[in-house]
Amino acid sequence: MINSKEVIWKKDETISLLLKRMNFVFPMIVVKINGRLIKKDKYSTQLINDNDEISVIHMISGG
Amino acid sequence: MVKGQFSWKDYDAGNTKHEWDLQKIHAAHKVLTEFKYDKNKIEKGFANKTLYINLTTNEIKEKPVTDDMKKKFTGGRGFGLKLLWDSIQPDTRWNSEENDLVITTGPLCGSTQYPGSGKSLCLTVSPSTNIVCDSNVGGYFGPYLKFCGYDALEIQGKAKEDVIIAIDGEASVIRIETAPLEEINTHLVSEQLTYMYSSKDDERSRQRVSVVSAGHGAENSYWGCLNFSFWDIRRKVARIKQAGRGGLGTVLRDKKIKGIVARVDKFTGVENAPENPEAAAKVGTKIQKEIRDLDRYQCNMRQVGTAHLVEIMDAYDLLPCENYRFGSFPKAPKIYSMKFFENFTRVIPDGCWHGCTMACAKTVDSFEVMTGPYKGHKVTVDGPEYETVGCGANMSLWDPKWIIEFNFYCDTYGIDTISSGTAIAYYMEMFEYGILNKERCGGLELAFGNFDAVMQFLHRMADGDTNEFIKVAAKGIRRVKDWLKSKNWGDHQLIEDTGMESKGLEYSEYVTKESLAMQGGYGLTLKGPQHDEAWLIFMDMVNNQIPTFKDKAEALHYFPMWRTWFGLNGLCKLPWNDVEPANNAETDEPSKVPEHLNNYVEYQNAVTGWNINKEELILQSERAYNWQRALNVWMGRGQRRDDWIPYRSMGPVTELEYVSRQERYDKQLAEIINKPLEEIEKMDVGKKVKLVYHHRQNQYQILSDAVYMRRGWTQNGVPTPVKMKQLGFGDEQKMLDFLAKKIQEDEENGLNDWGGVYSGSEEKPSKERRYWESW
Repeated sequence: MINSKEVIWKKDETISLLLKRMNFVFPMIVVKINGRLIKKDKYSTQLINDNDEISVIHMISGG
Repeated sequence: MVKGQFSWKDYDAGNTKHEWDLQKIHAAHKVLTEFKYDKNKIEKGFANKTLYINLTTNEIKEKPVTDDMKKKFTGGRGFGLKLLWDSIQPDTRWNSEENDLVITTGPLCGSTQYPGSGKSLCLTVSPSTNIVCDSNVGGYFGPYLKFCGYDALEIQGKAKEDVIIAIDGEASVIRIETAPLEEINTHLVSEQLTYMYSSKDDERSRQRVSVVSAGHGAENSYWGCLNFSFWDIRRKVARIKQAGRGGLGTVLRDKKIKGIVARVDKFTGVENAPENPEAAAKVGTKIQKEIRDLDRYQCNMRQVGTAHLVEIMDAYDLLPCENYRFGSFPKAPKIYSMKFFENFTRVIPDGCWHGCTMACAKTVDSFEVMTGPYKGHKVTVDGPEYETVGCGANMSLWDPKWIIEFNFYCDTYGIDTISSGTAIAYYMEMFEYGILNKERCGGLELAFGNFDAVMQFLHRMADGDTNEFIKVAAKGIRRVKDWLKSKNWGDHQLIEDTGMESKGLEYSEYVTKESLAMQGGYGLTLKGPQHDEAWLIFMDMVNNQIPTFKDKAEALHYFPMWRTWFGLNGLCKLPWNDVEPANNAETDEPSKVPEHLNNYVEYQNAVTGWNINKEELILQSERAYNWQRALNVWMGRGQRRDDWIPYRSMGPVTELEYVSRQERYDKQLAEIINKPLEEIEKMDVGKKVKLVYHHRQNQYQILSDAVYMRRGWTQNGVPTPVKMKQLGFGDEQKMLDFLAKKIQEDEENGLNDWGGVYSGSEEKPSKERRYWESW
């Protein structure tokens, strides 16, 4: 689940790859896995497990 | 000097030089009134006086700023609302004699310690909406007005011939002078007046002059903006920022004002006289460092300004393309921010007020104009900002140079890029359907992507062309909708549903179809669909943080109340959330940027000497917000029917739009009508469009119910006397009596009832229909 919406899980997918797949290109985001904050420098190594609850919070910006 | 830098004295913007006989132009002035005054010393962010000018009678006088005024209205936009309430009538219209044009500052305006502290808030009764419109703007005029001794400038009445209002803070004298020979278009008149009114013939003296103007486009449309100048000593040009929304420039020219000039003798970093300059500097230094260190990894505003949003909006299906039909477009990469960066003058750090490290005000120097009266001239173009680029996408103009040209002429003609761009995009769609055609458009082939036709339209409008289409089109989408229907030239529902205006004001440049909260962010607003009250698309559509109506209503309470605060104080919103602290992600509510919120509490306290907390900060906004809503109701609007939005902002109007995102809509429809996806996929597209149509319109009504209740209003959107008393307006008997009477009338007319149709598990916001009576 990403932001409470179902997304197909992919084996060996890191946060970076997931963000790319979702086209989440906004630079000011916060990523949490099962409520645990993931620092930006871990995005390219942190793997996602099946059934993980992912939050990708985009800051407001804009306007 | 650091290697690679050069002295500002050595830079040449490369623009066309003008040869004017300024002595002759100045000598043609006749002084109509002169007013000498004792300049108040600014104390804790306030000059404690406002300036009143009546152009019909040539009266000039001062009004006191009382403690009661500060308590109820804080400053800035709040002061503007107070001055308007005292001056206008419910039936005052934009061109009425008594309509006020108000320029306000705010207690933090003119500070240099914190970035974004040079904003003015301008207010008037708008030609587009017939209610009060507020619009914020950078540039030097607001701070200079305060340094001249005034927290606000209020202009009533109309001059008989073109005039200049000159506020000379150096000599403490104000003059109204006839001005028969000056240019009218902004890039020329602001330069002329800067040279004419600077005390000496040098760059530093010119920097101490600021001019408010609008051009010929403002005279001939409802889209007039106010251009605020700030003299750029490096480029040696009068650069400009715009109070764009709502036709304030149209009112300026209706009053026959060619320019308002403010001149100061000096300015220092503490001209705004903060109570505690050390505390202000401390909180300011922290954010200045943050911007310097982090902006390049976040929004990159220092390099490309707000245009950084173009590629993001395209990626998230939010960039308005071809009149908001689509949220992305294959050609969009041609206008991504880097394409403008290539045109920007890059070696000079830019900002529209001193001390702003955000420095997002970009320019294209030596731009060779391609069309119109200035064809072949080389000029400095301020921008384009995101909204103007978004207009390019909306009109299907995919060449950066076309967008820069559009930007230049909108600015110098004094018209709002947002309203004109959004409106032209609508006319283009009408052209595509044959509802408009070349003959009906006065010979213009106003098809999507036709740059020449866009520019011809602007030039003919500014020139006062009397063709029926040009005249009506220049008044905006609302009037064109009525005109098209009166001619019976097309399907009335299609004409209504596709034109992106609400309350008579054109939308700014975001696609909202998939964010119900943002639909409310545009519709459930005071002045009309501008994103400065709430920008909730990511929270709602992407983050899924506000899934219920109650959640959305809370966001549509909190964010408008918070963002209103910038306008009360003379601040720019950008340093709040277009940069964030490195540890923001670790906070409880990162969307609110809690550290910056604390900064603003400390900053206001440091300047004013007040002792507010976060809750009182919101309360300051809530007072002004509710007063403005009550003013709207008093003027016959500001009710549920006025908060309605066109269906194009709610969902797919046409089958083409539905098909362009069929997978998304089919999936949603399957959930709405509880049928298998396979069955939905086989349904007729036209039938599916209708099902989504009715569902989404009801969703918007249910949202309105929830928001009105959260804000303390009736189901018809009217602020209740109880709410107003809670906010501290207990002694404003005239307003309280009016609201009580209005609510009673609504009761008799059956308007105090829920607007949404509730079914299944959906619950009304309250079991009590007259819920406000039990508060």
